[in-house]
Parts: sequence; structure tokens; C-alpha cells
Amino acid sequence: MSGTLTIDGQIIPFNDGQTIIEAARTAGVYIPHLCHRPGYSPHGSCKLCTVFVNGRQCSACTFPAADGQTVISTNEEMQHDRLRITQMLFVEGNHFCPSCEKSGNCQLQGVAYHLNMLDNHFPHFYAQREMDASHPDILIDHNRCIFCNLCVRASREKDGKDVFAIAGRGINKRLIINSPSGKLKDSDISVEDCAAHVCPTGAILIKHTGYQVPIGERIYDHHPISQVACDTEADHG
Amino acid sequence: MKTFLDRIMAEADYQPFRLLGMLRAVQAEYRHIPTEAIEILADRLNIPRTQIIAVAEFYSFLHLTPQGRYDILISDSITDRMLNKENLINYLAHVLRVKVGEVRSDQLVSLNNTSCTGMCDQGPAGLINGRPITRLDRPKIDQIATLIEQQIPLADWPEELFQVEEKIHKRGLLLNQPWQNGDALKATFVRGLPETLTEVDVSNLRGRGGAGFKTAIKWRTCSQQAATPRYVICNADEGEPGTFKDRMLLDLYADQVFEGMTLCAAIIGSDQGLVYLRAEYLFLYDKLQSVLQQRRELGLLGSNILGREGFNFDIEIRMGAGAYICGEASAQIESLEGKPGIPRTKPPNSVMCGYQRKPTVVDNVETYLATAHIAIQGGQWFAGVGTAQSTGSKLLSISGDCARPGIYEYPFGTRIRDILLDCGADEVMGVQVGGPSGTFISNRELDRVLAFEDLSSAGSFMVFNNTRNLFDIAQNFTDFFAHESCGFCAPCRVGTSLLKQQLHKIIDGHGSAADLEELSELCLVVKTNSHCGLGESAANPILTTLASYPDQYLKQLKHKEFSPGFNLDATLNVARRMAERDDPGAHLTQVEN
Repeated sequence: MSGTLTIDGQIIPFNDGQTIIEAARTAGVYIPHLCHRPGYSPHGSCKLCTVFVNGRQCSACTFPAADGQTVISTNEEMQHDRLRITQMLFVEGNHFCPSCEKSGNCQLQGVAYHLNMLDNHFPHFYAQREMDASHPDILIDHNRCIFCNLCVRASREKDGKDVFAIAGRGINKRLIINSPSGKLKDSDISVEDCAAHVCPTGAILIKHTGYQVPIGERIYDHHPISQVACDTEADHG
Repeated sequence: MKTFLDRIMAEADYQPFRLLGMLRAVQAEYRHIPTEAIEILADRLNIPRTQIIAVAEFYSFLHLTPQGRYDILISDSITDRMLNKENLINYLAHVLRVKVGEVRSDQLVSLNNTSCTGMCDQGPAGLINGRPITRLDRPKIDQIATLIEQQIPLADWPEELFQVEEKIHKRGLLLNQPWQNGDALKATFVRGLPETLTEVDVSNLRGRGGAGFKTAIKWRTCSQQAATPRYVICNADEGEPGTFKDRMLLDLYADQVFEGMTLCAAIIGSDQGLVYLRAEYLFLYDKLQSVLQQRRELGLLGSNILGREGFNFDIEIRMGAGAYICGEASAQIESLEGKPGIPRTKPPNSVMCGYQRKPTVVDNVETYLATAHIAIQGGQWFAGVGTAQSTGSKLLSISGDCARPGIYEYPFGTRIRDILLDCGADEVMGVQVGGPSGTFISNRELDRVLAFEDLSSAGSFMVFNNTRNLFDIAQNFTDFFAHESCGFCAPCRVGTSLLKQQLHKIIDGHGSAADLEELSELCLVVKTNSHCGLGESAANPILTTLASYPDQYLKQLKHKEFSPGFNLDATLNVARRMAERDDPGAHLTQVEN
């Protein structure tokens, strides 16, 4: 099954087995997303890539492309909803961009720039979240976790381990570590693992590498996420 | 502990998908899931410990810290509240010297709220170590407190404390039918399997669990899948607040439900059935097991059913553990596989890729019962009742402000006004049709009808009279969704909690006109962007009460252009705690006038 579909009027070819977001990216069309990353099994939880497919709402990262589909990805209402969902992620955790090492390389921030997010809009939850600095090479700052599940999938699918999982329910979700103490140092993660590098925000950081690229010279300081996401095949979602 | 765990793992055949049942057993034995148990289970079942922690944290009836030896949960549905529940839980806390949400220091007793326990016709209700207590009042609480302080084992408590009453006030198409075990199966075999499926098709039966998908299409699609084995699942997880009709059906009509499942199995080609029974209905478990056993003895389950060579089918009952979301079919399947109940991404649909990734039919209790009678009477018999789009009858669980709460069966198309008359409701302010995920209607809309095309209900029907406060209703339901959101997708996880905050702000009198606009906008973001039906309907209580009584919301607003986005006084909580002060001088009014 291959053929073409249209996204916002633009005709786009797709290959067998591709999802809408994959077909779009191959054709250079950006659909905002945070929990999706090429080469990883789709998750469909951030809902930023919600599009209309033949009039029905679907996540572009999970919905299979099919011949003749009419996809609407960008209109005022949808961009507004995406902005609100991004703002929800900002108020749910504790995101202080000016003091975050990931600033400039952070996809959450990149998406926020893309959507012209100028404030948090919603009241903050001020969630009590902790840091796990136990591992010699890897730092976890739970304040910045958006539950995209990418580290969970990376560890399972790429590293052949099972270091991360998401526990809890509703607003009490939390990222947990598979080790007897619950601490990262006692898990079998290593700094070479995909799971240590996949985080779209600054929740999982590599120690001893901070600020090697100065703020102001980082990815989204110079290139919009819409361009980066389509240009960089492997390194970036 | 090791011996105990070895036994329960052996009983579960060391199959990780039976994890929920194993954890229920651990919880019952140790009053929580101890770290040691997690380590042993993870090791022996060869699953990551994080899966066990994730499951333990997901379900309300599992805990990582010890609960009291007498664990009391009080149903926090709006109808319980209307029956003085708040007052009673405070009294219970007082006599048992324990705070709501806490475990007493001697670990004898713990007390907390829980979502609707399915006893709204006999509330205020609750659960003690999983056993239902109904019609709570102060004398009953005194009696319970004495039994607990004397540390009398639950098994020795007076039986009348645990009585559950099934009151059927109106029987219709289904409940009036005579029944003989095996008749539906015999009729199916005589007519032929494809022919019986045609009858289900002709009946135009739609699923009774809420979504209203046409049953025959589901069964046909499943039967056409190449993959085997195929599964028949009975969704007995009726968690919608105000619903209890499946409780009654399983209590009094279980044979007809099981027979419906069996004929579904014959049609789709399945040899295994599962009943997912909500944890709140544990009291039905033994009874249902004996019904199943009896059916095996009668040759209605097991091998070569009714002498039909090669038709083998059996049914297993699996318990839930306190999660409303598991009423959603794909979340239920995840739960049956020993995981947190998070709805799956579709496609693929469960009919093609369900339990154990195999073709699966998931239908509601009432749906199976209806198919048993359709198999006997034929599709036309059923299709002749109701409306063109909503054929047959519907069981309603009626609760709230009416003289005769209980079960009522109506043909689809019945006016709400007539239902209210039957159950003895007057001075009606509004009706919640279909529970919190359904629709609130005002007393100006009582000529609307019960039907998928107008007011759809999976069974919940709550009546509110003129003395009730609209905001108590909207707030209880909105809090419910925030509590029950699985947290998988961002718009529902964060959005339901934001809805809760924003509604409370307005109800507490701190809202401005802009806040009401903000609330409506937020409702739409959550409704249109969520992953599943829970998120899609989480804003319904606000949207439908706002549509019915906008003036009440407007009256609640402060006529100021601006109001702070956060609660000034609440921000001082930490300071108060650190200063160990809670006197009036340590509080701020929201806005100084």
C-alpha cells in the first residue's frame, strides 16, 4: 500500500507502513510533536500532532497513512490547541529555561517558540519533584519530565534494557527507575545508552558536558524546530 | 512471605498477565505491596520491578504503604453526598480517631474516600476490606466502630451489615422474558450460527456499555479475523457513577449473561471467555463462580457444549482493582494483561487485535443478556421495540431525589418526564442522564427521550430536586474525572486537573467573567484533544450544567475585570506549616476590597 495523501492541500507521497507524521517529515512538512521520534515505536501521548484525517481527529504519529487521505494539520484552532497543550506541559512540571542546561537544545522550548508561546497561561502546579544525581555520568531532574515515554522506549527497544517506566495515575504520574533502590546509580544504564540521550527536555542530562556549546549558539537559537525536525534524520524527532 | 508468594504464583501459573490478581492477593494478605514482594515477583515472573510498581500505583485498591487492618472506603458519588455522606465520614473519622485519607497510628484502621461503589440506590455506601456496606447511618457507624475496636474478624460481623438489596421497580422487554438455562444455545444451534448472527444483526442491538457500537458488526468482524485464539470478554466494570444495573444482572441474571457470552463464543469461534468484574463487586465473586460451576455440570460450559462436538468454551472471572478507566475496552484488555489500564492507540481495534493481541469481542453485561434473548426470540422481536436507531429496551439505575430508587427497564424512546413520574421524582431541578460522562439536563428539557440519538445512557440516571446546588454536582463530577484520568495523554492528564482548579475558583467566588470564558475554552481543548472517551467526556459536567443554567454561573462571578490566577491564601500553606500557625491572622482574604 503506497500512494499519496494531502496535508493542508499539499500532495505528499507515502510508503507502505508509514504513519502520517513520517510521510509528512519525509516530504519536509513539519507537524509539531514531542513524544514522537523517528525510529521509535509510536506512542501518541503528547497529542501535539493531532490532525484531522478525513474530518476525524487522529494523532499523526500513530495513524497509518493511506491513499487519498485528506489531512488538515494547521489551522488557527489547531495551533491554538497545540499552544494550550504545550502550556499545560510547562505548568505541570517546573521548567525554568534560563537556568536549564538544555536551553536552546530543548524540544519543549523549540515547540513553544514555534507556537509563539509568550506565557504559561495556566496557573502553575508547583509540583514537588526531585533530582536524582546519584549516577556518576547521568543526571535526572524530574522537574522537567513531560512523560513522553521516549527514555522508556529507548531503553527497551534500542538498549535492550528496561531502565525506565512511568508509574502513577493522572496528574501524579512519575518516571521511575528499575533498580532496587529506585536510584539511577543502581540501575544498569550506561552513558552510551540511547535512553541517556533521547530526552526531548532537560530531564535526563549527561554530566561533565554542560555548557560546552554556549547558550546563544545552540540548535533552536538559530533554527526553528520546524526546519530542524525535517532536516535531521536520525538525531532528532 | 516467600511461601505465600510461591503459592499465589503457582495458582496464577507464573503468567505475568495475571499480575493484577497476584497483587490483589498480596494486598489482601499484607495490606500493601511490600518491596520484598515486588522483588520476588519480578524475579520469578521475569518482569521488570517497574511494571509491578506501575500497576500498584495505578489502581486505587493497591497500595505501596500498609493500610489499616480494617480498610474503610466511603463512596464519594454525588448521590452519597446528597444522603449526608460528608457528615457521616467525618463522624466515622471522629469515632475511629483517624483522619480521612490516613491510617491510624496503631494500623488497626484506615479511612478514605473512593469513587462510586455501585450502590447509589442504597447509599451512603462504602467498602470494608472490599465488602460492601450500604445505607450508612450513625447507629451503623457506632456498631462498626465497636466491632473494629474489639478487633472482631470481618467474617464474624453480623451478615445484615453486608446486605445488598436488588430492587427492580419496572420490568420490560428483557426482564419479563421467561428463562430456561440452555434455551438460547439450543435455539442458536437449531437455527445455525450464521443465521443467529443475522438475527443479532436484524435486532439492530447496539452495545449497552455507552459507546453504542452495533453488536453484530463487532461479532462479524471478529469472526472473520484469521488469527486464533479469539476471546470473549464481558465488561463488568461498571464504574460510571450512578450505575448499578450490571450489579443486579450479575446478582440475579448471571446465567443469561453467561449464555450470551457462550453463544457469542460459538459465533466468533472462541474457546475462552473472561469476565472483568470491578473490584467493588467482589461480593458477587463466589456466587458467580458457583453459577459457572453449575453451568459446567449442566454441560453449558466446558467441552462439547450441549453435545455439540468440538464446541469448547469456558469462562474465567478476573477482578479489577479500582480504576474507572478500565471500563474502556482497550484499557480493560491492558489490565487483563497485568498492566496499568491505559487505553490503547487505535487502530488496530480490539476486535482485530485485543486480548493477547488476538481478535477479541468486548461487550457489556446487558448486551450479552440481550443477545441470549434475541437468539431465542429472533431479531424482529427486539427491533420492534424502541426507536429506529435505538432498538430494544434499556436498563436504568435510578438514584438521587426520587421516592423509589432502583432498577427500571424502558423501551428506547421513553420520555424523561415519564421516567421521573414512575420513580416518584418531583420538584426536579435537573437530571444527569448517563452519569458524569453523559448529559445534565434542566427541568425545561424533560420531554427529551432516552435514545442513542438524543440522551444516551449506559445505565446511570441521577435525579436532582430544587434544593440541590448545581455546583455541587458539577464539582463532584469534575473532581471524579481528575481523579480517574489515567494520565497517559497531556490534555487529559493536565487538563482535567486544570478544569478542577478553574471550576473551584469560580465556585469559591473568585472568578471573573474572563475566568468563565477561560473555563469554556479549556473544556474544549480537553474534549477535542484527549486520547480516549474519558478525556472526551471529562468536560461534559461543566459544559452541560453551563448550558442548562448559565445564569447560575454568571451569578457566581465576581464582577471584576481581573482576579488573581492563583489562590493567595493557599500559597501561604507552606509558610503556615513552617510557622506552625493556623490562626485567622495567618490567612489572607483573596482580594482586599
